Amino acid sequence: MYSFEPTDEQRMLIDAVHRYAENDLKPAAREAEEENELPANLIEKGWELGVLQASIPEAYGGFGEHSTVTGVLAAEEMACGDLAASLAVMAPGAFVLPILFGGSEEQKTEWIPAVIEAEWKPYVAALIEPSFDFTPTEMNTSAKKGKQGYTLNGVKAYVPFADQAKAFLVFADLEGETQAFIVPADAEGIRVGEREKLLGIQALPTFRLELENVLVPENARLAGEDGAAVERSIANAQVATAAMALGLSRAALEYAIPYAKEREVWGTPIAQKQSIAFMLAEMAIEIEAIRMLVWEAAWKLDNSKEDAAKTAYLALSGASDMAMMVTDRAVQVLGGHGYIREHPVELWMRNGRGIPDFTGLAMV
Amino acid sequence: MISFEMPEKIEHAVVLAETIAENMMRPVSRHFDENEHEIPWDYIEFMHTSLKALGGGGLTPGKEKKEGPRISFQRMAFQTEMLSWGDVGLWLCTPGGGLGAAAVNAAGTDEQKERFLARHRGEKPVFDAFALTEPHAGSAMPAEVRTTAVRDGDEWVLNGEKIFITAGHKALVDSQGFLVVWATIDPEARRAGVRPFVVEAGTPGCKVTKLEHKLGIRASDTASVVLDGCRIPFENLLGSPEVVQKKKSEKGFKGAMATFDATRPVVAASALGIARATLEKLKELLAERGVEIRYGLPRSRMTNLEREIVDMEVMLRSTWLLTLKAMWQMDERKPNTLAASMSKVRAGDVVVKITQRAVELLGPLGYTREYLLEKWFRDAKINDLYEGTGQINRLIVARQILDYTRHELS
Repeated sequence: MYSFEPTDEQRMLIDAVHRYAENDLKPAAREAEEENELPANLIEKGWELGVLQASIPEAYGGFGEHSTVTGVLAAEEMACGDLAASLAVMAPGAFVLPILFGGSEEQKTEWIPAVIEAEWKPYVAALIEPSFDFTPTEMNTSAKKGKQGYTLNGVKAYVPFADQAKAFLVFADLEGETQAFIVPADAEGIRVGEREKLLGIQALPTFRLELENVLVPENARLAGEDGAAVERSIANAQVATAAMALGLSRAALEYAIPYAKEREVWGTPIAQKQSIAFMLAEMAIEIEAIRMLVWEAAWKLDNSKEDAAKTAYLALSGASDMAMMVTDRAVQVLGGHGYIREHPVELWMRNGRGIPDFTGLAMV
Repeated sequence: MISFEMPEKIEHAVVLAETIAENMMRPVSRHFDENEHEIPWDYIEFMHTSLKALGGGGLTPGKEKKEGPRISFQRMAFQTEMLSWGDVGLWLCTPGGGLGAAAVNAAGTDEQKERFLARHRGEKPVFDAFALTEPHAGSAMPAEVRTTAVRDGDEWVLNGEKIFITAGHKALVDSQGFLVVWATIDPEARRAGVRPFVVEAGTPGCKVTKLEHKLGIRASDTASVVLDGCRIPFENLLGSPEVVQKKKSEKGFKGAMATFDATRPVVAASALGIARATLEKLKELLAERGVEIRYGLPRSRMTNLEREIVDMEVMLRSTWLLTLKAMWQMDERKPNTLAASMSKVRAGDVVVKITQRAVELLGPLGYTREYLLEKWFRDAKINDLYEGTGQINRLIVARQILDYTRHELS
């Protein structure tokens, strides 16, 4: 059966995340962006909503079963409050979920409870690389098998909280295939670079991470000796990012609508002019259509459909265009005021441009 | 619970529709494009027999069973998409419930539904049609209706001219069908005076005066009808007489609008059938010439063709799901005006864009009549026009999201 209705349980989670996004994230977003810092208690409060914990089985310290659909519903809602903070709250997901999807029993028992139990801790993924044509299936960072394990070499970018990370899940190429390795933060050969300065999401601390002959034991490779396919994790990261793009775009639309109804030109609210009204209508249509695509991709991932990875890729592709289109138009609807940092739309426009680049920062 | 699992009943309907599309439509697609106004009786007879065997009186959902999940609008979306993938002009020639039946379903009483729709289950194929547009106004309907209905004893007397009636000739001349005519009982009352009336085939004073020559969908007739002192029984006014005769009631107008809530996603589904046919053919022709489409790459590593096709797939799939949602809302008896108009706007855009781009990308192969791509390019455009132009549907979406009345935003 087709259905477009979240369950009551999902509805309750959405409501809780919505309150956090509206009451905590939105009011804090501007200052966090300008100060380049997220208050620790803000991240903690988001963590305590339990979005990730609810998708981890009890055996590993969580209290539920994993559902990408639930994850994307929560991610959209949170990112409607603030993208940078949402990426921070959900960053440990990018460390833990690939282990849940593909790790050995030993790895799951060792690592998942450590991340999931108690307070938010910076366990993060190191996936993105600093090249214009970065492709998750063709990593420049390499892993070589030796007698004592694997040697990792390469440079990672956009690694959140790298300066205080407990451990990294490093994605690297091993004989033509992308594989993931659990690397302790104090491993020899790891160097955390300067904090990155980005066009947007400046509240989120991200870093370059250099790996020079970093030696990890054999059991650091996800699933151990034979490895584990990372397609599901990559696809998950794509839909998580796409879902956040939905939230970001919705925030922009929801800001532009009341502004357009308030702001007058020659005695008439600009929203009563077709040129503005049509722009808003097209923004709403774009968001709703791409939302369906993101939901379907998430559902396909949950149900292990054959074309799930392709659908996730298409969803992110569509979400990237949507985010740029909608946030750009929100600035346009506000006119010159949209360009002023007193309004949030310019921040959302900067964040919107980054959507295609954020895959790997968070998973749901 | 959010789910994208296709129900088995829909799966079966899709397989059947695909067989029809491939065997009954595609082989004659070009012929009926080049021979405008020739009636595709083979297709019509075949569809009539098949639909009768399936127990339905057409593709339009009728009475729904009480038990079990309701999926008939969703199923119709799938059938429509597949048959339009076959040939949209021929799909428009599908006998049984069309727009007229949709209006009867939306605005009629149970007695009227039985009286007017039973004919679709008879021995011969029967058509119905919907007459709203007049020579002087289209999008401004129904407020600008000039066709009048005056009561005379037990009858209504209709006078006026209607144009752009899809399958009007088939409903009135080629079969014992009917036409739902929107006429005013009180011109002063503007749209509040407008009511839907059923004019049956063979009624004196109702005459088809013209068949249009069109850019595309040439297998489908687009008729003009003149009503000249056309007398119909009093009970042919759709809806219960007490309500619909109140002068200030907007029920007539709302009936027209309710019809569109059901039919706009159908047009969207039809548009997306053309779009899918085009995209599939584009990919097939590229593959024959050794062009492989790689998925999963960042844009900086894609060829232009790859980027175009990925964009088309995003547009097509997202819009299809939006359309399906609008139909799911119909089945679930949820308000769907917003989703219906959203899907219509986007499907109109998407089909026009995909068909135009495909013809461009294939160069001389796209432009030649050797393939159907140039035909689909022509067929596509109607979807941005009928059942409300893209602009009218944008207005509806805008009013909904801005919480504006038509007075505040027009």
